Amino acid sequence: MADPVLSIRDLSVEIPTRHGIVRPVDGVSYDIAVGEILGVVGESGAGKSMAGNAVIGLLNPPAHISKGEIWLNGKRIDHLTGDAMRRLRGKEIGMVFQDPLTSLNPLLRIGDQLTETMLTHLPISRSEAEKRAVAALEEVGIPGAAERVNSYPHEFSGGMRQRVVIALALCAEPSLIIADEPTTALDVSVQAQIIALLRRLCRDRGTAVMLITHDMGVIAEATDRVAVMYAGRLAELGPVRDVLTHPQHPYTHGLMASTPLASQGKSRLHQIPGAMPRLDAVPDGCAFNPRCPHATDKCRQSPVPRVSNGQAACWYPLVEEKVI
Amino acid sequence: MALVRVKNLSRVFDVSKPWLNRVIERRPKAFLTAVSEVDFDVEPRSTYALVGESGSGKSTIGKMLVGLLKPTSGVVEIEGIDLASETDAAKIDAIRSDIQMIFQDPYASLNPRWRVKDIIVEPVASRGGKTEGLAERLLEQVGLSVQDAGKFPHEFSGGQRQRICIARALASEPNLIVCDEPTSALDVSVQAQVLNLMSDLKDDFGLTYVLISHDLTVVRHMADRIGVLYLGRLVEEAEPEDLFNNPKHPYTQMLLAAAPQMDGFGREVQPPEGEIPDPINPPSGCAFHPRCPIAQDICRKKRPDMRQLNGIRVACHMAE
Repeated sequence: MADPVLSIRDLSVEIPTRHGIVRPVDGVSYDIAVGEILGVVGESGAGKSMAGNAVIGLLNPPAHISKGEIWLNGKRIDHLTGDAMRRLRGKEIGMVFQDPLTSLNPLLRIGDQLTETMLTHLPISRSEAEKRAVAALEEVGIPGAAERVNSYPHEFSGGMRQRVVIALALCAEPSLIIADEPTTALDVSVQAQIIALLRRLCRDRGTAVMLITHDMGVIAEATDRVAVMYAGRLAELGPVRDVLTHPQHPYTHGLMASTPLASQGKSRLHQIPGAMPRLDAVPDGCAFNPRCPHATDKCRQSPVPRVSNGQAACWYPLVEEKVI
Repeated sequence: MALVRVKNLSRVFDVSKPWLNRVIERRPKAFLTAVSEVDFDVEPRSTYALVGESGSGKSTIGKMLVGLLKPTSGVVEIEGIDLASETDAAKIDAIRSDIQMIFQDPYASLNPRWRVKDIIVEPVASRGGKTEGLAERLLEQVGLSVQDAGKFPHEFSGGQRQRICIARALASEPNLIVCDEPTSALDVSVQAQVLNLMSDLKDDFGLTYVLISHDLTVVRHMADRIGVLYLGRLVEEAEPEDLFNNPKHPYTQMLLAAAPQMDGFGREVQPPEGEIPDPINPPSGCAFHPRCPIAQDICRKKRPDMRQLNGIRVACHMAE
């Protein structure tokens, strides 16, 4: 297999606070290959967005990368200066955020926003950029693209705005797109359209996508591999079908079992007792041990094994337990 | 007898620009029909779910059920009494305490300056009822501890806050609780806790729920009967088994096909065409016809009536 587009090795993010240092991302490693969609899933506060922000260099100080390496297309990018990072963002890494209205400038026509991005990053003339802007809007499925380039963001519906944001993320032809909850603010029918669009673009152009979401259904349908995060750490990583149907980590299992499924009928939903620990009070050993039905003393004391190929971060991985 | 009867319910909002703008720009008044001629009954001790995408009018119906909004036309009867037209104040008061509501955002629906105890007993205290020990009892029933009574809302997580909202809704011993997206703001594992709690309380107290949600998995798990809304109109109503296995209305079919499935690995779905039309100028005839794969001439001209098809109600000319 070719070299991965993005490679994160043992990444940790720290935030110093009055009450000590908290670590919202703690020793996370994963790769994304050309044309692959990697799903990053977890509940709120699991550190999934923070890991994405670390990759694009958008950590808000005092949050900073304290350990680990980020490699993009064979270049190390975690220690780049703000200026070098700015040249990278938009050109090599595209971004799609949750709320399409806040990621577009309300005072600029969308055509201008697209050409501005292209002129900043690509050595092309203005007329060429304008041509490409129309093509980009056509590619993401906006009807009447030639007229719509002159519209302002508020003239679009939510789904169309998210298409514009995707066109914007793609227009400088990046090799990696980080999509942070791209469909959470959208209705199901529009969500299906956006996911189909992301998958098509990913396949046609070989763009790698990091899809951050909390929706297991979206993960199942859209991604090739999935990384499950819990309390800033990677709990499990593997091909989506394996992880979702035969989860090895008790947390993944609990997460799957607590989602209402058609096959269960009206029976009670599985509950994971308790809640995710606060980041300033992550327990020793495995972060999941207070909520885990299988926890032993080993889980409470020794740090869990690191996630490796097809192996969950768990001393006692579940075997042969089919959830769906 | 049905606990809730909704007959021919409509609600129109005036969304016109201010008077001076209308004069200068020579624009007529603009009206948005959020709910249009909706009929349904809710049986006692059942869960009736309203599903639909944003702008389908589900929350507007919820607000009209609890009396937060007045219907433009049509009737909402609860236990046989129409709150909008009833003149006997005592009767209205009795019904009012029988209806409670749980809102979507537990961060916005609790007063940050009130202690949990005061929040929970308010529905009773405001009517001059006895509140001694009530908050503590309810807190235990929703899975929190007695010590939590003296705390403030910011000391709780989202799931715990939603439990407080549920405790508050239970305080006046209601029959009917309207739940507007009760778990949308919560994570899956917390959602499971809240949904299980809601099911338990329903059995313990003999409650009736009207559950408003856009999440089909939640609706399927909780509901005894489901009404599907599109652009303010009820397009199909059926029991969950029928609705999910054999949807009759093309919109329901589209919605179910588009919903992501947990076992849909690499599923290639043909995503639905188009988007919800502008509710200020809804399409003629059947509101779904511009996106409908089987639309005929009659669909463009005549709005379909609600028809009965073996226990399923569907508003479509073509369904059979």
